[in-house]
Amino acid sequence: MRRRPSPLFHLGVTAAILLLVAPIGIVVAISFSGDGSLAFPPRSWSLRWHERFLGDIRWQRALWNSVVIAAGASLIGTAAGFLAAYAFVRGGFPLKRVLLSLVLTPIIVPHVICAIALYYVASPLGLVGSLATVSLAHATLGLPVVVLVISSTLQSVDPNLERAALGMGCSPAGVFRRVVLPLAAPGVISAALFAFLASFDELLVAMFLAGVRTQTLPVRIWNSLAMEVEPTIAAANAALIAVTLAVLLLDWALRRARARAA
Amino acid sequence: MPLRGPGALLLLAPALAMLLALFVAPIGWFLWDVLVGESSLAEAWTLTVEILSSRAVIRAMTLTNLIALVVTLAVLAVGYPVAYALTRARGLFFVLLIAAVVLPYFTSAIVRTYSFMVILGRNGLVNQALLGLGLISQPLDLLYNRLSVTIGMTYVLLPYMVLTLYATMRSLAPGLMRAARGMGATGPQAFRRVFLPLTLPGVVAGCLMVFILALGFFITPALMGAPGDATIAMFIEREIEMTQNWAVAAVLSLALLAVTLLLYAVYSRFADLRKVLG
Repeated sequence: MRRRPSPLFHLGVTAAILLLVAPIGIVVAISFSGDGSLAFPPRSWSLRWHERFLGDIRWQRALWNSVVIAAGASLIGTAAGFLAAYAFVRGGFPLKRVLLSLVLTPIIVPHVICAIALYYVASPLGLVGSLATVSLAHATLGLPVVVLVISSTLQSVDPNLERAALGMGCSPAGVFRRVVLPLAAPGVISAALFAFLASFDELLVAMFLAGVRTQTLPVRIWNSLAMEVEPTIAAANAALIAVTLAVLLLDWALRRARARAA
Repeated sequence: MPLRGPGALLLLAPALAMLLALFVAPIGWFLWDVLVGESSLAEAWTLTVEILSSRAVIRAMTLTNLIALVVTLAVLAVGYPVAYALTRARGLFFVLLIAAVVLPYFTSAIVRTYSFMVILGRNGLVNQALLGLGLISQPLDLLYNRLSVTIGMTYVLLPYMVLTLYATMRSLAPGLMRAARGMGATGPQAFRRVFLPLTLPGVVAGCLMVFILALGFFITPALMGAPGDATIAMFIEREIEMTQNWAVAAVLSLALLAVTLLLYAVYSRFADLRKVLG
Protein backbone atom coordinates (compact mmCIF):
# COMPACT_ATOMS: atom_id res chain seq x y z
CA MET A 1 0.00 0.00 0.00
CA ARG A 2 2.68 2.47 -0.87
CA ARG A 3 0.34 4.20 -3.25
CA ARG A 4 0.20 7.96 -3.16
CA PRO A 5 -2.14 9.02 -0.38
CA SER A 6 -5.38 10.43 -1.77
CA PRO A 7 -6.47 14.07 -1.33
CA LEU A 8 -9.09 12.73 1.06
CA PHE A 9 -6.29 11.36 3.25
CA HIS A 10 -4.60 14.76 3.34
CA LEU A 11 -7.89 16.42 4.18
CA GLY A 12 -8.32 14.02 7.10
CA VAL A 13 -4.78 14.61 8.32
CA THR A 14 -5.27 18.36 8.15
CA ALA A 15 -8.49 18.07 10.15
CA ALA A 16 -6.74 15.90 12.76
CA ILE A 17 -3.86 18.38 13.09
CA LEU A 18 -6.28 21.27 13.58
CA LEU A 19 -8.41 19.38 16.13
CA LEU A 20 -5.37 18.30 18.16
CA VAL A 21 -3.86 21.78 18.31
CA ALA A 22 -7.09 23.80 18.52
CA PRO A 23 -7.65 23.42 22.29
CA ILE A 24 -4.18 24.82 22.98
CA GLY A 25 -4.68 27.60 20.42
CA ILE A 26 -7.98 28.51 22.05
CA VAL A 27 -6.33 29.04 25.44
CA VAL A 28 -3.74 31.32 23.84
CA ALA A 29 -6.45 33.20 21.93
CA ILE A 30 -8.68 33.75 24.94
CA SER A 31 -5.77 35.12 26.98
CA PHE A 32 -5.77 38.04 24.50
CA SER A 33 -9.49 38.60 25.01
CA GLY A 34 -10.77 42.08 25.77
CA ASP A 35 -13.84 40.76 27.60
CA GLY A 36 -14.19 40.02 31.27
CA SER A 37 -15.71 36.62 30.61
CA LEU A 38 -14.48 33.47 28.94
CA ALA A 39 -16.63 33.95 25.84
CA PHE A 40 -15.12 32.32 22.81
CA PRO A 41 -14.52 33.64 20.25
CA PRO A 42 -13.75 36.86 22.17
CA ARG A 43 -15.69 39.97 21.16
CA SER A 44 -12.62 42.21 21.44
CA TRP A 45 -8.88 41.83 21.90
CA SER A 46 -6.50 43.29 24.49
CA LEU A 47 -3.31 42.65 26.42
CA ARG A 48 -4.84 43.45 29.78
CA TRP A 49 -4.89 39.88 31.15
CA HIS A 50 -1.25 39.42 30.24
CA GLU A 51 -0.45 42.78 31.83
CA ARG A 52 -2.34 41.80 34.93
CA PHE A 53 -0.61 38.41 35.05
CA LEU A 54 2.89 39.83 34.59
CA GLY A 55 2.24 42.78 36.89
CA ASP A 56 0.96 40.77 39.83
CA ILE A 57 3.67 39.98 42.37
CA ARG A 58 1.95 36.71 43.37
CA TRP A 59 1.84 35.40 39.81
CA GLN A 60 5.43 36.55 39.30
CA ARG A 61 6.55 34.69 42.38
CA ALA A 62 4.66 31.54 41.32
CA LEU A 63 6.30 31.64 37.90
CA TRP A 64 9.73 32.15 39.46
CA ASN A 65 9.19 29.31 41.96
CA SER A 66 8.21 27.00 39.11
CA VAL A 67 11.33 27.89 37.14
CA VAL A 68 13.64 27.39 40.14
CA ILE A 69 12.04 24.09 41.15
CA ALA A 70 12.02 22.76 37.59
CA ALA A 71 15.64 23.80 36.95
CA GLY A 72 16.77 22.05 40.13
CA ALA A 73 14.69 18.95 39.39
CA SER A 74 16.04 18.81 35.85
CA LEU A 75 19.66 19.13 36.97
CA ILE A 76 19.47 16.57 39.78
CA GLY A 77 17.24 14.16 37.86
CA THR A 78 19.37 14.27 34.73
CA ALA A 79 22.63 13.71 36.64
CA ALA A 80 21.30 10.72 38.59
CA GLY A 81 19.34 9.43 35.59
CA PHE A 82 22.35 9.61 33.26
CA LEU A 83 24.47 7.44 35.57
CA ALA A 84 21.59 4.98 35.99
CA ALA A 85 20.92 4.83 32.24
CA TYR A 86 24.58 4.07 31.60
CA ALA A 87 24.49 1.25 34.15
CA PHE A 88 21.33 -0.18 32.56
CA VAL A 89 22.65 -0.06 28.99
CA ARG A 90 26.25 -1.21 29.55
CA GLY A 91 26.11 -3.00 32.87
CA GLY A 92 25.55 -6.61 33.77
CA PHE A 93 24.29 -7.11 37.29
CA PRO A 94 21.71 -9.18 39.13
CA LEU A 95 18.08 -8.01 39.25
CA LYS A 96 18.58 -5.68 36.27
CA ARG A 97 15.04 -6.09 34.95
CA VAL A 98 13.49 -5.68 38.39
CA LEU A 99 15.52 -2.54 39.08
CA LEU A 100 14.58 -1.07 35.69
CA SER A 101 10.89 -1.72 36.41
CA LEU A 102 11.34 -0.01 39.78
CA VAL A 103 12.92 3.05 38.15
CA LEU A 104 9.97 3.27 35.74
CA THR A 105 7.14 2.91 38.31
CA PRO A 106 6.76 6.66 39.03
CA ILE A 107 5.18 6.96 35.56
CA ILE A 108 2.25 4.77 36.47
CA VAL A 109 1.73 5.31 40.21
CA PRO A 110 -0.96 8.00 40.58
CA HIS A 111 0.58 11.30 41.69
CA VAL A 112 -2.11 11.70 44.32
CA ILE A 113 -0.59 8.78 46.23
CA CYS A 114 2.99 10.10 45.99
CA ALA A 115 1.80 13.56 46.98
CA ILE A 116 -0.02 12.65 50.18
CA ALA A 117 2.61 10.08 51.18
CA LEU A 118 5.35 12.70 50.81
CA TYR A 119 3.22 15.19 52.71
CA TYR A 120 2.65 12.65 55.49
CA VAL A 121 6.40 12.06 55.85
CA ALA A 122 7.68 15.58 55.23
CA SER A 123 5.17 17.45 57.39
CA PRO A 124 6.39 16.28 60.85
CA LEU A 125 9.99 16.83 59.72
CA GLY A 126 9.24 20.45 58.89
CA LEU A 127 10.18 19.93 55.25
CA VAL A 128 6.92 21.21 53.78
CA GLY A 129 7.09 24.62 52.13
CA SER A 130 10.67 24.46 50.94
CA LEU A 131 11.62 24.76 47.29
CA ALA A 132 14.31 22.11 47.75
CA THR A 133 11.83 19.46 48.92
CA VAL A 134 9.54 19.99 45.92
CA SER A 135 12.51 20.06 43.58
CA LEU A 136 13.94 16.79 44.90
CA ALA A 137 10.55 15.09 44.75
CA HIS A 138 10.08 16.27 41.16
CA ALA A 139 13.58 15.08 40.26
CA THR A 140 12.62 11.62 41.48
CA LEU A 141 9.32 11.55 39.59
CA GLY A 142 11.18 12.70 36.45
CA LEU A 143 13.73 9.86 36.62
CA PRO A 144 11.80 7.42 34.37
CA VAL A 145 11.70 9.82 31.42
CA VAL A 146 15.37 10.74 31.87
CA VAL A 147 16.48 7.11 32.04
CA LEU A 148 14.35 6.12 29.02
CA VAL A 149 15.52 8.98 26.80
CA ILE A 150 19.22 8.66 27.67
CA SER A 151 19.13 4.85 27.42
CA SER A 152 17.81 4.98 23.89
CA THR A 153 20.62 7.38 22.91
CA LEU A 154 23.31 5.30 24.64
CA GLN A 155 22.13 2.19 22.82
CA SER A 156 23.18 3.78 19.56
CA VAL A 157 26.67 4.66 20.86
CA ASP A 158 29.29 2.05 19.91
CA PRO A 159 30.82 0.60 23.10
CA ASN A 160 34.02 -0.08 21.13
CA LEU A 161 34.73 3.65 21.19
CA GLU A 162 34.85 3.47 24.97
CA ARG A 163 37.06 0.36 24.88
CA ALA A 164 39.37 2.07 22.43
CA ALA A 165 39.73 5.12 24.70
CA LEU A 166 40.41 2.84 27.68
CA GLY A 167 42.96 0.87 25.67
CA MET A 168 44.77 4.04 24.76
CA GLY A 169 45.27 4.88 28.38
CA CYS A 170 42.29 7.05 29.26
CA SER A 171 41.01 6.66 32.82
CA PRO A 172 37.41 5.43 33.32
CA ALA A 173 36.42 8.89 34.55
CA GLY A 174 38.08 10.41 31.48
CA VAL A 175 36.23 8.02 29.18
CA PHE A 176 33.01 9.10 30.81
CA ARG A 177 33.76 12.78 30.41
CA ARG A 178 35.46 12.76 27.00
CA VAL A 179 33.72 9.93 25.13
CA VAL A 180 30.42 8.89 26.68
CA LEU A 181 29.08 12.31 27.63
CA PRO A 182 29.78 14.03 24.28
CA LEU A 183 28.32 11.12 22.32
CA ALA A 184 25.23 10.93 24.52
CA ALA A 185 24.85 14.72 24.66
CA PRO A 186 21.76 14.97 22.41
CA GLY A 187 19.91 12.47 24.61
CA VAL A 188 21.13 14.11 27.80
CA ILE A 189 19.94 17.54 26.66
CA SER A 190 16.53 16.21 25.58
CA ALA A 191 16.20 14.35 28.88
CA ALA A 192 17.06 17.49 30.85
CA LEU A 193 14.48 19.51 28.93
CA PHE A 194 11.78 16.86 29.37
CA ALA A 195 12.55 16.59 33.08
CA PHE A 196 12.24 20.38 33.30
CA LEU A 197 8.81 20.28 31.65
CA ALA A 198 7.61 17.37 33.79
CA SER A 199 8.41 19.34 36.93
CA PHE A 200 7.17 22.66 35.54
CA ASP A 201 3.73 21.14 34.81
CA GLU A 202 3.35 19.00 37.93
CA LEU A 203 0.44 19.89 40.19
CA LEU A 204 -0.28 17.47 43.03
CA VAL A 205 3.13 16.99 44.65
CA ALA A 206 3.77 20.72 44.43
CA MET A 207 0.32 21.40 45.89
CA PHE A 208 0.86 19.26 48.98
CA LEU A 209 4.54 20.07 49.55
CA ALA A 210 4.47 23.79 48.78
CA GLY A 211 3.69 26.42 51.35
CA VAL A 212 1.98 29.71 50.56
CA ARG A 213 5.27 31.37 49.63
CA THR A 214 6.51 28.45 47.54
CA GLN A 215 3.42 28.03 45.35
CA THR A 216 4.24 27.01 41.81
CA LEU A 217 2.46 28.29 38.71
CA PRO A 218 0.22 25.20 38.30
CA VAL A 219 -0.70 25.31 42.01
CA ARG A 220 -1.60 28.98 41.80
CA ILE A 221 -3.65 28.35 38.64
CA TRP A 222 -5.38 25.52 40.46
CA ASN A 223 -6.20 27.63 43.50
CA SER A 224 -7.45 30.49 41.32
CA LEU A 225 -9.67 28.14 39.32
CA ALA A 226 -11.42 27.12 42.51
CA MET A 227 -12.21 30.74 43.31
CA GLU A 228 -12.92 32.62 40.10
CA VAL A 229 -13.00 32.04 36.39
CA GLU A 230 -11.44 35.10 34.82
CA PRO A 231 -9.05 35.50 31.92
CA THR A 232 -5.98 36.21 34.10
CA ILE A 233 -5.89 32.43 34.49
CA ALA A 234 -5.93 32.15 30.71
CA ALA A 235 -2.86 34.40 30.63
CA ALA A 236 -1.19 32.17 33.25
CA ASN A 237 -2.10 29.12 31.16
CA ALA A 238 -0.71 30.85 28.09
CA ALA A 239 2.54 31.38 30.02
CA LEU A 240 2.67 27.62 30.72
CA ILE A 241 2.13 26.95 27.01
CA ALA A 242 4.81 29.47 26.06
CA VAL A 243 7.38 27.79 28.31
CA THR A 244 6.44 24.32 26.97
CA LEU A 245 6.66 25.50 23.39
CA ALA A 246 9.98 27.27 23.99
CA VAL A 247 11.51 24.16 25.56
CA LEU A 248 10.25 21.87 22.76
CA LEU A 249 11.52 24.26 20.07
CA LEU A 250 14.87 24.48 21.82
CA ASP A 251 15.09 20.68 21.85
CA TRP A 252 14.17 20.53 18.17
CA ALA A 253 16.66 23.26 17.20
CA LEU A 254 19.49 21.57 19.12
CA ARG A 255 18.76 18.21 17.46
CA ARG A 256 18.73 19.87 14.05
CA ALA A 257 21.98 21.69 14.70
CA ARG A 258 23.65 18.46 15.74
CA ALA A 259 22.28 16.56 12.76
CA ARG A 260 23.69 19.27 10.48
CA ALA A 261 27.08 19.20 12.18
CA ALA A 262 27.32 15.42 11.93
CA MET B 1 33.21 0.02 29.12
CA PRO B 2 32.37 -3.43 30.43
CA LEU B 3 30.58 -2.85 33.66
CA ARG B 4 30.18 -5.64 36.15
CA GLY B 5 28.50 -5.95 39.52
CA PRO B 6 29.69 -3.32 42.00
CA GLY B 7 30.66 -0.71 39.39
CA ALA B 8 27.22 -0.75 37.83
CA LEU B 9 25.51 -0.63 41.21
CA LEU B 10 27.63 2.38 42.15
CA LEU B 11 26.34 4.23 39.10
CA LEU B 12 22.78 3.23 39.98
CA ALA B 13 23.16 4.32 43.59
CA PRO B 14 22.09 8.00 43.28
CA ALA B 15 18.93 7.18 41.30
CA LEU B 16 18.02 4.27 43.56
CA ALA B 17 18.64 6.35 46.68
CA MET B 18 16.30 9.05 45.38
CA LEU B 19 13.63 6.52 44.50
CA LEU B 20 13.86 4.84 47.87
CA ALA B 21 13.95 8.02 49.93
CA LEU B 22 11.36 10.04 48.03
CA PHE B 23 9.09 7.46 46.43
CA VAL B 24 9.13 3.92 47.83
CA ALA B 25 9.80 4.68 51.51
CA PRO B 26 7.29 7.54 51.88
CA ILE B 27 4.49 5.53 50.25
CA GLY B 28 5.39 2.41 52.23
CA TRP B 29 5.73 4.27 55.52
CA PHE B 30 2.52 6.24 54.98
CA LEU B 31 0.48 3.10 54.32
CA TRP B 32 2.10 1.10 57.13
CA ASP B 33 2.01 3.84 59.75
CA VAL B 34 -1.56 4.89 59.13
CA LEU B 35 -3.06 1.43 58.73
CA VAL B 36 -1.03 -0.71 61.10
CA GLY B 37 0.85 1.89 63.19
CA GLU B 38 -0.73 1.64 66.63
CA SER B 39 -3.10 -1.25 65.98
CA SER B 40 -2.51 -4.78 64.74
CA LEU B 41 -2.59 -6.28 61.26
CA ALA B 42 -5.95 -7.88 62.04
CA GLU B 43 -7.45 -4.54 63.00
CA ALA B 44 -5.97 -2.94 59.91
CA TRP B 45 -7.64 -5.61 57.79
CA THR B 46 -11.01 -5.04 59.45
CA LEU B 47 -10.68 -1.30 58.90
CA THR B 48 -9.72 -1.80 55.25
CA VAL B 49 -12.71 -4.04 54.57
CA GLU B 50 -15.03 -1.66 56.40
CA ILE B 51 -13.89 1.39 54.41
CA LEU B 52 -13.83 -0.40 51.06
CA SER B 53 -17.38 -1.65 51.54
CA SER B 54 -18.82 1.72 52.47
CA ARG B 55 -21.39 3.02 50.03
CA ALA B 56 -19.55 6.24 49.07
CA VAL B 57 -16.34 4.34 48.33
CA ILE B 58 -18.08 1.70 46.22
CA ARG B 59 -19.78 4.49 44.29
CA ALA B 60 -16.46 6.23 43.69
CA MET B 61 -14.77 3.00 42.61
CA THR B 62 -17.57 2.14 40.20
CA LEU B 63 -17.51 5.63 38.72
CA THR B 64 -13.70 5.61 38.39
CA ASN B 65 -13.72 2.28 36.57
CA LEU B 66 -16.58 3.32 34.34
CA ILE B 67 -14.93 6.59 33.31
CA ALA B 68 -11.57 4.87 32.78
CA LEU B 69 -13.21 2.23 30.56
CA VAL B 70 -15.18 4.68 28.42
CA VAL B 71 -12.17 7.00 28.11
CA THR B 72 -9.94 4.10 27.05
CA LEU B 73 -12.37 3.08 24.29
CA ALA B 74 -12.78 6.69 23.14
CA VAL B 75 -9.01 7.22 23.07
CA LEU B 76 -8.59 4.02 21.04
CA ALA B 77 -11.28 5.06 18.56
CA VAL B 78 -9.62 8.45 17.99
CA GLY B 79 -6.01 7.33 18.41
CA TYR B 80 -5.96 4.40 15.98
CA PRO B 81 -6.70 6.46 12.85
CA VAL B 82 -4.28 9.18 13.96
CA ALA B 83 -1.47 6.64 14.51
CA TYR B 84 -2.27 5.05 11.15
CA ALA B 85 -2.15 8.45 9.48
CA LEU B 86 1.27 9.00 11.07
CA THR B 87 2.63 5.86 9.40
CA ARG B 88 1.37 6.99 6.00
CA ALA B 89 1.91 10.74 6.05
CA ARG B 90 5.03 12.10 4.37
CA GLY B 91 6.93 15.36 4.39
CA LEU B 92 5.30 18.42 5.89
CA PHE B 93 2.11 16.54 6.76
CA PHE B 94 4.11 14.09 8.86
CA VAL B 95 6.05 16.84 10.66
CA LEU B 96 2.88 18.81 11.44
CA LEU B 97 0.94 15.74 12.58
CA ILE B 98 3.69 14.49 14.89
CA ALA B 99 4.02 18.03 16.28
CA ALA B 100 0.25 18.12 16.83
CA VAL B 101 0.53 14.91 18.89
CA VAL B 102 3.68 15.85 20.80
CA LEU B 103 2.76 19.45 21.72
CA PRO B 104 -0.35 18.44 23.72
CA TYR B 105 1.63 15.52 25.20
CA PHE B 106 4.07 17.95 26.82
CA THR B 107 1.53 20.64 27.66
CA SER B 108 0.33 20.68 31.25
CA ALA B 109 -2.84 18.68 31.92
CA ILE B 110 -4.23 21.76 33.68
CA VAL B 111 -3.92 23.80 30.48
CA ARG B 112 -5.54 21.08 28.40
CA THR B 113 -8.41 20.70 30.86
CA TYR B 114 -8.84 24.45 31.09
CA SER B 115 -9.14 24.68 27.31
CA PHE B 116 -12.10 22.30 27.38
CA MET B 117 -13.67 24.36 30.16
CA VAL B 118 -13.49 27.28 27.71
CA ILE B 119 -14.76 25.21 24.76
CA LEU B 120 -17.68 23.64 26.64
CA GLY B 121 -18.51 26.58 28.94
CA ARG B 122 -21.77 28.51 28.84
CA ASN B 123 -20.21 31.17 26.60
CA GLY B 124 -17.85 28.69 24.99
CA LEU B 125 -17.21 27.71 21.43
CA VAL B 126 -19.80 24.93 21.22
CA ASN B 127 -22.61 26.95 22.74
CA GLN B 128 -21.76 30.00 20.60
CA ALA B 129 -21.79 27.85 17.48
CA LEU B 130 -25.10 26.19 18.32
CA LEU B 131 -26.67 29.55 19.21
CA GLY B 132 -25.30 31.10 16.03
CA LEU B 133 -26.76 28.32 13.93
CA GLY B 134 -30.08 28.82 15.64
CA LEU B 135 -30.18 25.20 16.84
CA ILE B 136 -30.69 26.23 20.46
CA SER B 137 -32.10 29.35 22.06
CA GLN B 138 -30.47 28.97 25.51
CA PRO B 139 -26.85 27.98 26.19
CA LEU B 140 -26.59 24.31 27.17
CA ASP B 141 -24.93 23.14 30.37
CA LEU B 142 -22.17 21.12 28.78
CA LEU B 143 -19.70 21.41 31.63
CA TYR B 144 -19.57 19.66 35.01
CA ASN B 145 -20.96 16.30 34.00
CA ARG B 146 -19.60 12.88 33.07
CA LEU B 147 -19.59 13.63 29.36
CA SER B 148 -17.35 16.67 29.81
CA VAL B 149 -14.97 14.64 32.00
CA THR B 150 -14.85 11.94 29.33
CA ILE B 151 -14.16 14.43 26.55
CA GLY B 152 -11.47 16.21 28.55
CA MET B 153 -9.71 13.01 29.64
CA THR B 154 -9.85 11.61 26.12
CA TYR B 155 -7.97 14.64 24.85
CA VAL B 156 -5.45 14.55 27.71
CA LEU B 157 -4.65 10.83 27.38
CA LEU B 158 -4.76 10.61 23.58
CA PRO B 159 -0.99 11.11 23.00
CA TYR B 160 -0.12 8.00 25.05
CA MET B 161 -2.30 5.85 22.80
CA VAL B 162 -1.09 7.44 19.57
CA LEU B 163 2.58 7.07 20.49
CA THR B 164 2.12 3.44 21.60
CA LEU B 165 0.22 2.47 18.44
CA TYR B 166 2.62 4.37 16.20
CA ALA B 167 5.59 2.51 17.72
CA THR B 168 3.87 -0.81 16.89
CA MET B 169 2.71 0.18 13.39
CA ARG B 170 6.10 1.60 12.44
CA SER B 171 7.79 -1.68 13.30
CA LEU B 172 5.67 -3.63 10.78
CA ALA B 173 7.36 -4.45 7.49
CA PRO B 174 6.16 -1.87 4.94
CA GLY B 175 5.77 -4.51 2.22
CA LEU B 176 3.18 -6.52 4.16
CA MET B 177 0.11 -4.63 2.99
CA ARG B 178 1.42 -4.50 -0.56
CA ALA B 179 1.93 -8.26 -0.49
CA ALA B 180 -1.61 -8.82 0.77
CA ARG B 181 -3.01 -6.63 -2.00
CA GLY B 182 -0.77 -8.25 -4.58
CA MET B 183 -2.30 -11.59 -3.66
CA GLY B 184 -5.75 -10.27 -4.33
CA ALA B 185 -6.99 -8.79 -1.06
CA THR B 186 -9.02 -5.61 -1.33
CA GLY B 187 -7.92 -2.60 0.76
CA PRO B 188 -10.37 -3.24 3.61
CA GLN B 189 -9.57 -6.98 3.56
CA ALA B 190 -5.83 -6.34 3.76
CA PHE B 191 -6.45 -3.99 6.67
CA ARG B 192 -8.75 -6.36 8.57
CA ARG B 193 -6.82 -9.58 8.03
CA VAL B 194 -3.21 -8.38 8.00
CA PHE B 195 -2.73 -4.91 9.49
CA LEU B 196 -5.26 -5.01 12.31
CA PRO B 197 -4.18 -8.39 13.79
CA LEU B 198 -0.53 -7.37 13.67
CA THR B 199 -1.23 -4.14 15.53
CA LEU B 200 -3.29 -5.85 18.27
CA PRO B 201 -0.36 -6.07 20.73
CA GLY B 202 -0.03 -2.28 20.43
CA VAL B 203 -3.78 -1.90 20.95
CA VAL B 204 -3.66 -3.97 24.13
CA ALA B 205 -0.59 -2.11 25.42
CA GLY B 206 -2.08 1.29 24.60
CA CYS B 207 -5.42 0.44 26.22
CA LEU B 208 -3.76 -0.86 29.38
CA MET B 209 -1.54 2.22 29.60
CA VAL B 210 -4.45 4.63 29.14
CA PHE B 211 -6.67 2.67 31.54
CA ILE B 212 -3.96 2.70 34.24
CA LEU B 213 -3.42 6.45 33.85
CA ALA B 214 -7.18 7.11 33.74
CA LEU B 215 -7.76 5.19 37.00
CA GLY B 216 -5.51 7.52 38.97
CA PHE B 217 -6.41 10.68 37.10
CA PHE B 218 -7.15 13.73 39.20
CA ILE B 219 -6.99 17.07 37.40
CA THR B 220 -9.67 16.65 34.72
CA PRO B 221 -12.39 14.97 36.83
CA ALA B 222 -11.77 17.43 39.67
CA LEU B 223 -12.15 20.46 37.39
CA MET B 224 -14.84 19.25 34.99
CA GLY B 225 -16.81 16.65 36.93
CA ALA B 226 -20.28 16.94 38.41
CA PRO B 227 -20.22 18.30 41.98
CA GLY B 228 -21.47 15.02 43.47
CA ASP B 229 -19.18 12.77 41.45
CA ALA B 230 -15.86 11.86 43.02
CA THR B 231 -13.30 9.55 41.45
CA ILE B 232 -10.97 7.59 43.72
CA ALA B 233 -8.11 10.07 43.22
CA MET B 234 -10.43 12.99 44.10
CA PHE B 235 -11.75 11.07 47.09
CA ILE B 236 -8.20 10.60 48.42
CA GLU B 237 -7.31 14.25 47.94
CA ARG B 238 -10.50 15.47 49.62
CA GLU B 239 -10.06 13.22 52.64
CA ILE B 240 -6.74 14.93 53.35
CA GLU B 241 -7.54 18.46 52.20
CA MET B 242 -10.88 18.74 53.98
CA THR B 243 -11.12 16.33 56.88
CA GLN B 244 -7.55 15.08 57.44
CA ASN B 245 -8.98 11.57 57.48
CA TRP B 246 -5.73 9.68 56.97
CA ALA B 247 -7.19 6.20 57.46
CA VAL B 248 -9.63 6.50 54.56
CA ALA B 249 -6.97 8.11 52.35
CA ALA B 250 -4.52 5.30 53.17
CA VAL B 251 -6.99 2.49 52.45
CA LEU B 252 -8.03 4.03 49.14
CA SER B 253 -4.38 4.69 48.21
CA LEU B 254 -3.54 1.07 48.99
CA ALA B 255 -6.41 -0.18 46.82
CA LEU B 256 -5.56 2.15 43.93
CA LEU B 257 -1.86 1.31 44.18
CA ALA B 258 -2.55 -2.45 44.22
CA VAL B 259 -4.76 -2.29 41.12
CA THR B 260 -2.31 -0.01 39.31
CA LEU B 261 0.70 -2.25 40.01
CA LEU B 262 -1.26 -5.36 39.05
CA LEU B 263 -2.23 -3.84 35.69
CA TYR B 264 1.35 -2.64 35.21
CA ALA B 265 2.55 -6.22 35.71
CA VAL B 266 0.14 -7.36 32.98
CA TYR B 267 1.28 -4.46 30.78
CA SER B 268 4.92 -5.46 31.20
CA ARG B 269 4.14 -8.85 29.68
CA PHE B 270 2.70 -7.22 26.56
CA ALA B 271 4.86 -4.22 26.04
CA ASP B 272 7.90 -2.28 26.95
CA LEU B 273 7.61 1.26 28.25
CA ARG B 274 11.03 1.85 26.68
CA LYS B 275 9.59 1.51 23.18
CA VAL B 276 6.88 4.06 23.75
CA LEU B 277 8.79 6.86 25.40
CA GLY B 278 12.35 6.06 24.34
